[in-house]
Amino acid sequence: METTRQASHVATLLPDELDTPPFSLGQLVWRRFRRHKMAMFGAVVMILLFVYSFGGSLVFPESYANFADTSLRLSLPSAQHPFGTDTIGRDVMARTIYGGQISLFIGMLAVLIECIIGITVGALAGYYGGFVDSILMRITEAMLNIPEIFLLIVMAKFFGGEIPEIDLFGRTFSGSVVVIVLIIGLTSWMYLARIVRAQFLSVKENDFILAARATGTSTREIIFRHILPNSIAPIIVSATLGIANAILAEAYISFLGLGVQPPTATWGNMLDGANNYLESAPWLWFFPGLLILMTVLSINFLGDGLRDALDPHSRAV
Amino acid sequence: MAKRILEVNELRTRFHIAEGTVHAVNGVSFYLEHGKTLAVVGESGCGKSVTMLSVLRLLPIPPAEIASGQVLYLGRDLFQVSEHEMEHLRGKEIAMVFQDPMTSLNPVLTIGHQLCEPLRAHMGMDKQTARERAVELLDQVGIPDAAHRLDDYPHQFSGGQRQRAMIAMALACAPSILIADEPTTALDVTIQAQIVELVQRLRANLGLAVIWITHDLGVVAEMAERVLVMYAGYVVEEALVDDLYAEPRHPYTLALLAALPRVDRRRDKRLRSIPGAPPNLLAEPRGCPFAARCELAFDRCRAEMPPLILVGPNHQAACWVDVTSGKRR
Repeated sequence: METTRQASHVATLLPDELDTPPFSLGQLVWRRFRRHKMAMFGAVVMILLFVYSFGGSLVFPESYANFADTSLRLSLPSAQHPFGTDTIGRDVMARTIYGGQISLFIGMLAVLIECIIGITVGALAGYYGGFVDSILMRITEAMLNIPEIFLLIVMAKFFGGEIPEIDLFGRTFSGSVVVIVLIIGLTSWMYLARIVRAQFLSVKENDFILAARATGTSTREIIFRHILPNSIAPIIVSATLGIANAILAEAYISFLGLGVQPPTATWGNMLDGANNYLESAPWLWFFPGLLILMTVLSINFLGDGLRDALDPHSRAV
Repeated sequence: MAKRILEVNELRTRFHIAEGTVHAVNGVSFYLEHGKTLAVVGESGCGKSVTMLSVLRLLPIPPAEIASGQVLYLGRDLFQVSEHEMEHLRGKEIAMVFQDPMTSLNPVLTIGHQLCEPLRAHMGMDKQTARERAVELLDQVGIPDAAHRLDDYPHQFSGGQRQRAMIAMALACAPSILIADEPTTALDVTIQAQIVELVQRLRANLGLAVIWITHDLGVVAEMAERVLVMYAGYVVEEALVDDLYAEPRHPYTLALLAALPRVDRRRDKRLRSIPGAPPNLLAEPRGCPFAARCELAFDRCRAEMPPLILVGPNHQAACWVDVTSGKRR
């Protein structure tokens, strides 16, 4: 009786069902990521922030964000100006929209620079080892030993105002945006370089690297095609968190008045403008501050989720 | 006499590590003839793999050091060519298959990508031609539905299939030498037999010369013409395969054969293991490395390393004792 029941059970499995293809790497990562509630929350908030910053510019033209109506200065949030107006009567909401574009743009571009430098330095140090490794890691440590804020301020002072205005995506940016991107990129690659180096040190010992070299694969191919994709998970996580740090760094220096120069708005220099009105006009700092907070928090949640989802040792599916 | 395609002379490889210097390969010489198979046998850690990695210059330097030696590939010394030229030789002229197919394929790249890599690097093929050739290659090594399997990742292949794919990769550019480093050790016996059969077939079809590193003396008898027995970084005996089985002339070879189960031997006799362990390679080699485990050893063995002595036609052994007569030299 028992055997017949088992037999009938087996018979109901169709060949198609037995042959379900295994999940691809991407599918596995997505499944794990979706389970991570905070990360999903972070992802959704990030998407909303992008929609707000880039979609909002379709509603308000840039000239509106910079249009000053001094008769309306420091007016409370109202139907006309949902986030109120600033010290010279500009609409705070429109400015957070355009400021958001710059802040997010700075965040992503600075991370791009961070990745280019960090990955190159880490990869060379990890792959070649020995003398190259020593030199590159000493430079990295030297950079790490200088307080980042100090480095940011010195470099901002040094380079500030030397680059003319530029046109990009139909907008005119103050040259200081490029300077800030460069500065943040140049002062933040050290941790990434260390992570990449550590990854390379372990991945290059794998048999498949030896096997690839035995088929005559060139060094460049080995570094970029074989080792780098095997090290990508921590790089993605670190880069994600790097965006949050870059946005914060921009806010710091802009708050100190050394960052992106007005009239170009960023969340950071809007806070700077609010400096003297902390109590009398809280809406000046509340909205840009809230947006920075939301961005940084959601990116950190996102990074956490990615770390868990991309971890190849994770058993969860 | 067939043409010598590869000749290794007096190769010495050392590793400089924190504990001292490891004398991994101590003056190894051998040659490989066109289209023939040379088997290299010996227990783990006797320098078989290191010898082959030295030949292909795949050892990391430092800690490794090639202290001396010459590797002639068609008369050209591989230790004198640039690293760039070496990259062209690896995979194109001399290919290597490794022991563990589970770790020798990159887990994040498709089989097709890895198979096309040498084709594009060495043969200058474009993407499409390389792909077509890759399908042919997978087909040739007996992987069914090759065109579809090309986009699979290594984890979707079984162990045997992976080793087949590795062999396909090694043979992609029609090399003249295949170095197989214990290619069947990590596989179960039925798959082992299939891989051996596959390499033999490919060797016959492609006129390939093969160096087959193994512990498995059974496989040696089946596929090799000549055998090199290595011990502690030395070649201790070199012979044609039939001579080696019929008349081993080195105590170590004798001991290895005595440890091998055979169907034609009485079953109530226990297999003999070799007492002791191989010598510590950290010590400067002095005398015969097998002396400490050898029943026939006498004073001279412990003081002086015997050279390879011609003991018959095409048969050399490095021993101060003539094991057939028991006479000391």
